[in-house]
Amino acid sequence: MHPAPSVIIFTTLSGLGFGMLFFLGLGYPAVSGMTAFALFAIAFGLSVAGLVASTFHLGHPERAWKAFTQWRSSWLSREGWCAVAALVVMGLYAIGMIFLDQRWQALGLIGAVFSIGTVFTTSMIYTQLKSIPRWNTALTPPMFLSISLAGGALMCGQVRAALVLLLIAALVQLAYWHQGDRALAASGTDLGTATGLGPRGKVRAFEPPHTGTNYLLREFVHVVGRKHARKLRVIAFLLAFVLPIALLLLPFNHVFALLAALSHVAGVAASRWLFFAQAEHVVGLYYGKRQT
Amino acid sequence: MTQLPQSTQRKLGLVIDLDTCVGCHACVISCKGWNTENYGAPLSDQDAYGADPSGTFLNRVHSYEVQPEQGAAQLVHFPKSCLHCEDAPCVTVCPTGASYKRAEDGIVLVNESDCIGCGLCAWSCPYGAREMDMAEGVMKKCTLCIDRIYNENLPEIDRIPSCVRTCPAGARHFGDLADPESDVSKLVAERGGMDLMPEMGTKPVNKYLPPRPKDRIEDQVDVLAPLLAPVAEEPQGFLGWLDKALDKLPGGRA
Repeated sequence: MHPAPSVIIFTTLSGLGFGMLFFLGLGYPAVSGMTAFALFAIAFGLSVAGLVASTFHLGHPERAWKAFTQWRSSWLSREGWCAVAALVVMGLYAIGMIFLDQRWQALGLIGAVFSIGTVFTTSMIYTQLKSIPRWNTALTPPMFLSISLAGGALMCGQVRAALVLLLIAALVQLAYWHQGDRALAASGTDLGTATGLGPRGKVRAFEPPHTGTNYLLREFVHVVGRKHARKLRVIAFLLAFVLPIALLLLPFNHVFALLAALSHVAGVAASRWLFFAQAEHVVGLYYGKRQT
Repeated sequence: MTQLPQSTQRKLGLVIDLDTCVGCHACVISCKGWNTENYGAPLSDQDAYGADPSGTFLNRVHSYEVQPEQGAAQLVHFPKSCLHCEDAPCVTVCPTGASYKRAEDGIVLVNESDCIGCGLCAWSCPYGAREMDMAEGVMKKCTLCIDRIYNENLPEIDRIPSCVRTCPAGARHFGDLADPESDVSKLVAERGGMDLMPEMGTKPVNKYLPPRPKDRIEDQVDVLAPLLAPVAEEPQGFLGWLDKALDKLPGGRA
């Protein structure tokens, strides 16, 4: 898949922002006044920046409101609803905490559920696609959720929770990469099933439909060198998980905490770039691009 | 509404004969020609006369080589357009309801005034049947020439999809695949029509007829053939003398 900056920014920042809102909704940390304002400002800033970025790849952003109509069948529509519900509920909850020194627990709980629900619905947009075997796995939602929660805990200063969640997210990430590399082969889809000619012999793409490129090739047939990808995986893993864990284990220091957060975000962004860039859409088979 | 209909009264679709297709791309051109000036936004091209041309097409023809375990390889021309799936993933993923499947005839369409151009339907289609138009920012796909097949302003002979009407080889057939008595259904039954990527669970309406096995030259040898076989492996007489003489010349047999 084409690793579009808009979707990488969206999933990285919104994941982190909604992860923060989840912890704030549960009252970790139970802050008030200016401290609460600062934390909510960061959380809302990240979530909203991500959501705004996601509209950049739309052909007609002015019609985006229509995306709220199909919640019965579409995960993208459900994501829209969850995001708006989370932002509205958490907005009210934030007003209580910042200005009235009141923590409305029930409201916070509802907001937390919608916040994490937004991350889950985002992950389901990708998970539902059978056309992309690497995403079409039960590990995709746990990967999005664990990274979002780990980032949220890290940003909210929940050191012990962050350590455990970072460790879990790291393990899920490794499992996801391990499984992902085998997903296309395991799906059973190849040029033989794509053309229906498989039972007759070995099928090879002989001539493409045109000499130039097209939307399908640009959008779905991104090929990353394996060596390049391996290096990026190491970088992503070190930045997203190893370095933040090491920094959190050191005696607490605001500089270390800031470094841990920045390193985590950079690592998750690299991991998301790989999530898109390495995803093999089966339409590539028709163009002879997925031969192993 | 992006929920799929429980069932459709008719299943209009195409049957494409891979045995007959000669790979001339006439269907591609006629599709682009008809659809760029009729239903919905035109099918735009970018840099059409420049160094890196590309554009929106609803139908494209690939060519594949099939190498059997034994015998000669076979070239198969392979037109591909929307298969109007019964369980179309492109419909259910649409967040706005722009993408829909008609209950009356099963045609999958895009209501372009509702399309936000998010591209998710194209992501969900394993066949690459949908293409985003770069000029219009909306999703384009095969409409099965809905503006021809029901168009009473056209002579009856033209009330079939443009690609079918154009195909000079007769490799494309249009009809109701829900009716077992229709010509297309009979063709599918007789020739073993197949689904593309059945493992995706999309239940395509369009079917492909596999290429027939090629004739093999050994099976066709005439009864008189033994009489035509060369009688001598080594040339004799005058030819034998010539052969030896030429060998002796400089540059002859080394």
